[in-house]
This record gives sequence, C-alpha cells and structure tokens, in this order.
Amino acid sequence: MLETYIPIGIMIFFGVTFGVVMSKASEWFGPKNPTETKLSTYESGMEPVRSAHERVSVKYYMVAMLFIIFDIEVVFLYPWAVNFRQLGTFGLVEMVIFIAILMLGYLYLWKKGALRWD
Amino acid sequence: MNLYDIVFYFFAFVTLASAGVVVFSRNIIYSAFALLFTFFGVAGIYVLLNADFIAVSQILIYVGGILVLMLFGVMLTNKVIDVEMKTGTLQTLPASVLVALIAGALCGIFYVTDWKIVRGVSAPATTTNSLGEMFMTTYSLPFEVASIVLLVALLGAAMIARKDRLPQIKNQK
Repeated sequence: MLETYIPIGIMIFFGVTFGVVMSKASEWFGPKNPTETKLSTYESGMEPVRSAHERVSVKYYMVAMLFIIFDIEVVFLYPWAVNFRQLGTFGLVEMVIFIAILMLGYLYLWKKGALRWD
Repeated sequence: MNLYDIVFYFFAFVTLASAGVVVFSRNIIYSAFALLFTFFGVAGIYVLLNADFIAVSQILIYVGGILVLMLFGVMLTNKVIDVEMKTGTLQTLPASVLVALIAGALCGIFYVTDWKIVRGVSAPATTTNSLGEMFMTTYSLPFEVASIVLLVALLGAAMIARKDRLPQIKNQK
C-alpha cells in the first residue's frame, strides 16, 4: 500500500533537496564583496521609507478567507475529477450545478465590491 | 519493525516535534511556521491510515488555507513596531492541572474503549475513487447542499468584508 506513495515521496525529497542545496550552494560558493549600496533593501530601487514591521491591512485577511472557501471547492472537485470518465454527463451536470451555486456567491461578492482593494 | 512502522514513527516524530515548537517557541511567527510541519505530519498519518482523501484535504485546506489565515492573523495583531510578538508563560499551576485532567481523560477513554479489530479484511488501496462515485450518485443531494453551505460562508465573509462599501459608493455619486 505504501508503494503507491513512492512518487510523492520522491517528489517531496527532490523538492526539499533542490531548495536547500540551491540556496546553500549560492551561500557557500558565491563571492561576497558587500558594500553599503549592496546591503540596502532595494539595491537599485527606492530607499525604504519606514520599517516593514507594521500591522498589515485587514484586507489580506479577507482575501485569505475567500481563498479558503474556494480552496474547499477544489477539494470537492478532486474526487469528481478522479471519476470523471465513469460519471460522464451526469457527473458533469452535477458539478456545473455545484459550481453555479458558488458562482452566485462570487458574483454577489464582485457586485458588492469585496474584491476591490482600495 | 517494518517499513510501515518506520514511516509511521517518522510522521509521528515530525508531528510531535513541530507541535512542541508551536507550543514552546517564544516567537509567535516561528510557532505559526512550525504548525505547517504539524499539519503535514498529520496528513502523513492519514495516508498511513488509508485515508488518502482526508490527507489531500488536510494539505489543501489546512496547509494551504488555514495556515495562511493564521499567519495573517498573527500579522494583524502586531500593534507597534517596537513591541516584539512573544509568547509568555502565565497561570502555570491551573493550566497544568487542567491539561493533566484532559490528558488523563483522553488516555482513560483510550484504554476503556473496546476497540473492534477486524482481521482478514483488507482496506481499499485508495478511497478517493469510491468517495467520488458516492458523492455523485448515492449522496448527490448532500453534495449539492455542501455548495450551499459554502455559499453561506462566502456571503458571511462578504458581510464582514464590506459593511460600508455600498453606502460609500452612493455618497460618492
């Protein structure tokens, strides 16, 4: 039973290894000649005006909340997609109804301006 | 000790160790990031229990969604630049007593319960196939109702989001 998960294991292994090796290799092998300009936050950009350690806007939280709802929708899509061929048209119609109900909510959000950033 | 046990102890270790970091870390941001590994370890244990759909949901919803929500929640609580977000220890005695009671009750239930072990029946390799089939045929109504539940959550989020959005637009006109 565990054998079915070997590809996932390999992918996680290579994902982690690649990330660690790449960042550490550039740290170990790269030349380091720091100057004051290089160490500034944006080397060729604007000077930072104030500290980044500020309270972030609640709008980010809103976007995260909406994201979770559509995330759960994707979880429902997943078992349908696995059986897509066997279920055929009936399954497709059911999924269209499912998404249409959520689309109503999405349109309401859109109209209400919850997706606007200002 | 076969491969299954080794993998189980690996995920159990990941879960417990990172949960320890969540609880004992002095910096709340580190706690939130350690929670990522806790959720991941729990997902691994779900896989070992042949609950692959639950494992996928765990990763998609908890690792992908709830954790982001928590991180934003942590960022929202940072009031002043100079104040570091630290966790402290207070009310040690009542907390220990309460935790000991809850842990004792859980362990007691664990030992008292008559666990039914079915032998000779092999669990299906994957659950997602049969789950999807049942969602679409036998339980198609609960499936559609789930979308209404999500719709209500969406509308609730919209209500919290922009209480004053529509009046503002009217004022501008």
